[in-house]
Amino acid sequence: MFDQLFFGYCALMITTSGILAISLRNPVHCVLMVLVLFFHMAGLYLTLQAEFLAAVQIIVYAGAILVLYLFVLFLVSIRQELQLDAFIPNPWVGRIIAVGLGAGLIYVIPAFTLGEKGAWPLAAIEELTHTKALGQELFTTSLLPFEIAGLILLVALIGGLVLARREEVGSVVNEGDAVPQGNAQGKDQEVVS
Amino acid sequence: MIPLSWYMALAVVLFCIGVCGFLTRRNVIVMFLSIELMLNGVNLNLVALSHFLESLRGQTFTFFIITVAAAEAAIGLGIAIALYRSRRTVHVDSLNQLKG
Repeated sequence: MFDQLFFGYCALMITTSGILAISLRNPVHCVLMVLVLFFHMAGLYLTLQAEFLAAVQIIVYAGAILVLYLFVLFLVSIRQELQLDAFIPNPWVGRIIAVGLGAGLIYVIPAFTLGEKGAWPLAAIEELTHTKALGQELFTTSLLPFEIAGLILLVALIGGLVLARREEVGSVVNEGDAVPQGNAQGKDQEVVS
Repeated sequence: MIPLSWYMALAVVLFCIGVCGFLTRRNVIVMFLSIELMLNGVNLNLVALSHFLESLRGQTFTFFIITVAAAEAAIGLGIAIALYRSRRTVHVDSLNQLKG
């Protein structure tokens, strides 16, 4: 009973904060709503006996990725924010696509049947503790993907450095022809470097 | 005990919220956030399935998805800053140089 109540609470909070996150005007509020959502996702992982993943969800998603988003939001000034022309101009088209996709997927769910059980029943995980079990699985069956994940992080690190680097020629031209902008630009780049 | 279909339905709802946000918003950073929402929906599905299938494969997959999401956020936001830096003095809300 308590499990179901907890699931209901988390589901309600996830849905409302998700909807608020995509509908609020101020991007900082969107990021904060996603923060609330991530905490409740961690709660759901706890109900699924995935304690290590709950911790990773809070540390990596809420602690690192969202802080990165907040930093970028502070670098890109709110008033003059970076916008694309909408991929689909009329917002109702997007909403109808999303609702249709959701209805179709939910309609299909009852037809789903579980396959063959794997090698880790709940008792075995509890005996070994979840972190240890996940570590064993990571370092034995999926060692190569683990190494590839490390490589992906390295690529992201180098890519971030290359993207954030100032180009020498470009900056000279910028400072030459945009004198009134020079002040704000210099401040931003100081923060970046 | 919570049935599996509840988790799957919640994952579907979360994924569709992400799709809706990606299609309707115009702010690049909020679009990236919508992608994170979609990834979280998939993660929830994978963790629930790995719990009910008594296998840890789904959870290792979730681990890798979180890694890739971190890399994607770093690169995507780097591109956003670079775009903002180079296009700010011109029309900010018409980033359509790649349009034919």
